Amino acid sequence: MSKIFKNMIPYWKSIVIIIALLFVQAWCDLSLPSYTSDIIDVGIQNYGVEHVVPEALTADEFETAELFMTDEEADLWESIYEKDGDIYRLQVTSRSELNEIDDTLAVPLIMNYQMSAMEDSAVKEHVAKPTGADAGTLEKDTLLSMRDSMEETIDTMGSSLVKSMGAAYAVSCDKAAGIDVEKIQKSYLVTAGLKMVGMALMIGIVTVLVGFFASRVGAGIGRTLREKVFKQVVGFSNAEMDKFSTASLITRSTNDIQQIQMVSVMLLRMVAYAPILGIGGVLKVVQTGAGMGWIIVLAILVILGYVMVLMAVAMPKFQLMQKLVDNINLVSREILTGLSVIRAFGREKKEEERFDVANKDLTKTMLFTNRVMTFMMPGMMMIMNVLSVGIVWVGAHKIDAGTMQVGAMTAFITYSMMIVMSFLMLTMMSIMLPRAAVAADRIDEVIQTESSIHDAKEPEKVTTHNGVVKFSHVNFKYPGAEEDVLHDIDFTAEPGQTTAIIGSTGCGKSTLVNLIPRLYDVTDGSITLDGKDIRNITMSDLRDEIGFVPQKGVLFSGTIASNLRFGKDDATDEEIKKAAEIAQATEFIEAKDDKYESAIAQGGSNVSGGQKQRLAIARAIAKDPKIFIFDDSFSALDLKTDAALRKALAENVKDSTVIIVAQRISTILHAEQILVLDDGKIVGKGTHEELLKSCEVYRQIAKSQLSAKELGLEESEVALNE
Amino acid sequence: MSREQEVKTHQPRRRGPMGHGMQPGEKPKDFKKSIKKLMSYIGKYKAAIFVVMFFAACSTIFNVAGPKILGKATTALSEGLMAKIQGTGSIDFGKIGSILLFVLGLYLCSAVFNFIQGWIMTGITQKVCYQLRKEISEKINRMPMKYFESRTYGEVLSRITNDVDTLGQGLNQSITTIITSVATLIGVLVMMLSISPLMTLIALVILPISMGLIGFVTKKSQKYFRAQQEYLGHINGQVEEVYGGHLVIKAFNREKDTIEEFEKTNDILYDSAWKSQFLSGMMQPIMMFVGNLGYACVALTGGLLAIRGTITIGDIQAFIQYVKNFTQPIQQIAQVINQVQSMSAASERVFEFLEEEEEEQIVEHPADVSKITGAVTFDHVHFGYNPEQIIINDFSASVKPGQKIAIVGPTGAGKTTMVKLLMRFYDVNSGAICLDGHNIKDFNRRELRDAFGMVLQDTWLFKGTIMENIRYGRLDATDEEVIAAAKAARADHFIKTLPGGYQMELNEDASNVSQGQKQLLTIARAILADNKILILDEATSSVDTRTEIEIQKAMDNLMKGRTSFVIAHRLSTIRDADLILVMKDGDIIEQGRHEELLAAGGFYANLYNSQFEDVVA
Repeated sequence: MSKIFKNMIPYWKSIVIIIALLFVQAWCDLSLPSYTSDIIDVGIQNYGVEHVVPEALTADEFETAELFMTDEEADLWESIYEKDGDIYRLQVTSRSELNEIDDTLAVPLIMNYQMSAMEDSAVKEHVAKPTGADAGTLEKDTLLSMRDSMEETIDTMGSSLVKSMGAAYAVSCDKAAGIDVEKIQKSYLVTAGLKMVGMALMIGIVTVLVGFFASRVGAGIGRTLREKVFKQVVGFSNAEMDKFSTASLITRSTNDIQQIQMVSVMLLRMVAYAPILGIGGVLKVVQTGAGMGWIIVLAILVILGYVMVLMAVAMPKFQLMQKLVDNINLVSREILTGLSVIRAFGREKKEEERFDVANKDLTKTMLFTNRVMTFMMPGMMMIMNVLSVGIVWVGAHKIDAGTMQVGAMTAFITYSMMIVMSFLMLTMMSIMLPRAAVAADRIDEVIQTESSIHDAKEPEKVTTHNGVVKFSHVNFKYPGAEEDVLHDIDFTAEPGQTTAIIGSTGCGKSTLVNLIPRLYDVTDGSITLDGKDIRNITMSDLRDEIGFVPQKGVLFSGTIASNLRFGKDDATDEEIKKAAEIAQATEFIEAKDDKYESAIAQGGSNVSGGQKQRLAIARAIAKDPKIFIFDDSFSALDLKTDAALRKALAENVKDSTVIIVAQRISTILHAEQILVLDDGKIVGKGTHEELLKSCEVYRQIAKSQLSAKELGLEESEVALNE
Repeated sequence: MSREQEVKTHQPRRRGPMGHGMQPGEKPKDFKKSIKKLMSYIGKYKAAIFVVMFFAACSTIFNVAGPKILGKATTALSEGLMAKIQGTGSIDFGKIGSILLFVLGLYLCSAVFNFIQGWIMTGITQKVCYQLRKEISEKINRMPMKYFESRTYGEVLSRITNDVDTLGQGLNQSITTIITSVATLIGVLVMMLSISPLMTLIALVILPISMGLIGFVTKKSQKYFRAQQEYLGHINGQVEEVYGGHLVIKAFNREKDTIEEFEKTNDILYDSAWKSQFLSGMMQPIMMFVGNLGYACVALTGGLLAIRGTITIGDIQAFIQYVKNFTQPIQQIAQVINQVQSMSAASERVFEFLEEEEEEQIVEHPADVSKITGAVTFDHVHFGYNPEQIIINDFSASVKPGQKIAIVGPTGAGKTTMVKLLMRFYDVNSGAICLDGHNIKDFNRRELRDAFGMVLQDTWLFKGTIMENIRYGRLDATDEEVIAAAKAARADHFIKTLPGGYQMELNEDASNVSQGQKQLLTIARAILADNKILILDEATSSVDTRTEIEIQKAMDNLMKGRTSFVIAHRLSTIRDADLILVMKDGDIIEQGRHEELLAAGGFYANLYNSQFEDVVA
């Protein structure tokens, strides 16, 4: 898992910005609900009146209200209004000041409003009638004692309720005083609407910004990893290639990296956001003072338990499913590749049955896992819904007991949903992360692997270019293998001569020639080029001397010409044509519409095997090296082409060292030196004629491929040997 | 109360995983046709799908109604509280409790309905997928070979797995999503209209705005998305090529150039990758903003209407909640349309495959294959893979039972064409190939092939034990018969040295036995099948010498007493053949016995002599 984060370190600046933006986003997200509810609560329900103190009120009302106030309150009350004819007008405009005044005066004003609403005439009469000083003070005392109990109830009502009652009072006063309430409401709605849209716009902008940075970081991580892995792999020697296998390296460089890229973006955009939003939600919940945190904890635990149970049930089948998909792929592939055999043997029915078994297995498992997953969404929704219902129920009792406010409860529901959602998001992510972690590990493994073959620290300069290759008692074993693949190989390949290597499959022929360009390093002994140990010269110098034709004709996308120039960028058209001619490739190249400029598809898939091989040979010839290595390069050619090619080669590269690995005896009949390899050892060395006489293994090979007459042996000799 | 509902509407508007539905789905060639076909295909589940639709709709309605009713509980709570304050009553817990229980019941129903529809839909989807895969696998066996020769295995494979999978996923989710979204949309629309047509009109104005924005962003992001896919393809291509040709890159000192080229592509990929990612990620915030904009507009008009007294506050509150619910199903539908599109593209490919031309398998009065002696005549055969290019012109020959026919020619000369004609993998254009005097077209296709045994260079074995693989030749063969065949094929010895012997499990590519051993196993299989006529492809250089000798001997065993067609690489085979067919560029250019052909001094003589030029020279 840490590997995923390790990749992000170089982008810490962007990540800091992202986190900061996410905090802003969380803050906006958490505030938006109150902005939106303001439109309804204040804008529509309270006619856009935000304050308990009215804009204006009639003198009559002004005095009535004063009755419910303490002396300090009355002082404040009188200080903020100025008499304007029959109307008292509010002088204060600053919001914060008004809020403070609201807090102080809410109780008496609402009390006043309630009284007037409740027992309209009765109270008013009761309060207003006794104009005598005695009665007035007495009444005032009773009113003030009533106030205490009122204050208690108001406390339990919650601020929003208080506010809306206060606002209702203010509106009624405003109306009575002849103020255009409609105008107030309109202007409030417009401002509140703009505020809300502004907040929404901010969320949008911040989210887009987060997306911008996250996408760049994600794509950047992908790019860096791809480059690192690619460079590393190009630097690998064959040993590392074998260790990982080409297919696995390809997956690691493509799919695995792509996955990391995706997950990185998601981590930055959502996983990082979830805890921030969650914490924000928790803070808000604490602010509400509802004291129902345990419900959220319980809900999270239930969700966690639910997901874990589902996963526990589905996981084993999920893993099995991958296998079954592979299996159905395998069977289908077998059916397709074996089409002719299946038809020849008339086994269509049997194959259909085999497929059906795989198909049924897969269907059954898919059905199971998918059905388990159908529990997921309804279950989650249910838990969330039960949570909100539960909050209302518990909250209702708390409100009844006076320990909680209605507003606090609704806010609590909002924020607890946010917390649970962010938690849910984390849970979903935690299912994805392990897979990405595996991918990250696989990528890291490649990056951490160093090539086992290096240039010497102080390489010797190559001064002579003769091309004498000398093996001195070379042993070789593959890394990790127990036994030598090659044992005590000792020979010299001279310029102007052909050295052929023959032997059965797996005897180490290809391994032997792979040692020359240092695709592997010898385990013991040494290989020298013109007297210098190949480990003491740079690989690039060494490989400049060699024209290598591998067993499999590998071409690269481009044109025929670009492929032929692969070893020598500045080869002239004539040189290329000449090389193609020697390699017997002219005929099919000329037959193409674009001749040498004909496109070669990726991996050379648009030319046949034989053509590929000829182009690979031409590519090596065009490089004009001192040493030619043909690793079984002629087997894809038919006998005739094989013969013509060798003839042309012999005529044109007279002074080069030629090393040929071959399967067909006819290919090497003329070689100056034939090495017969058996089980990693040289069991015969000499010319065809010499070996026929002296080497039993060679004779066996020869006999299987040529008739006795062609071998120049006596029939009796053949009979004797059989 | 308003806040409380706010919660409910907030929850489904969670940020989707960066607008996954945004990625441009692959477009089908003919959307209507493929959907129609798919619909008729799932027609037999009509009743079940109807149930699914019903449950999905119910579940949606209940879920939408839930918050509204829950709101009543809060209202009752506030009212109760108010009454309590005013001393005229108290909180009516009985009422609140019963509302909550009712809501709970509603939610429960919704969950259960949702679950049931999911359960049924999953079942339908899996059955459809199973059926499609089965039909494809059976279809493969009825299709002419030439179909597969012009396509890669990957193409067909991806229909069986990827396409059917895409189809299944699309089916599983899209129907439900569409129903839920449409149900929500209609429900909301109806409710909105019932409250205020004017406000509905205003709310609907945001529709084209959001659609326009979605369209704009989608178009922009798809451009980069396509670029990303393209360069991802390039990168993957480069990676494959370079890793595959690693040895050559090293041997030719091309590391630096290769890395430079890779970096170039990588940079372009980076550019398109972040842009497409970024743009598709913009979808969500834009939609959110448009949604909130609509909300503000409606609130404003609502407020104004309320002032005039044409609408009550409660109605506005309800309306506003509906507006918030409005954009979400639209967004969902937009996403699901993408999915439906790739689903129909996938189903188009699947059905296209299922509707490919088939070979007729049986004839009305089939000739009896069991009494065949092995005489084969070619009577003025003309053949070409396409009609314009006839490669076998007027070929006639008569082969007596037990004779050996060698087919020789350079690589790529079309030596296997003859084999394909004999086995009726292809049909001749004119003329006839007869088996014991019966035109091969008069046999049932399957039965005809019983007359032939085949050993090809491309040794096909399947994952299973060696015993099973050999028995493939004759399914009712006893273990003893299998072992006897293996002995005749000279395979018994090596099989016994393998871990597990005959019970050894061959792996996927049968790479746990050598190429030569594989060939011996296929010979054993052919021996066990015991057919009258043999088609053999001789071993080539990929087999080591000793095994090659073994294979040769095994083949000689196999050919005894049977008419055999041998694709020859070896001089010994060619020389003692009863008839040699020399092929070049797909055409039979010479035919006759070895001596005759040598004497004629044509292509064959040239071919034969060329391999010894060096010796002679």
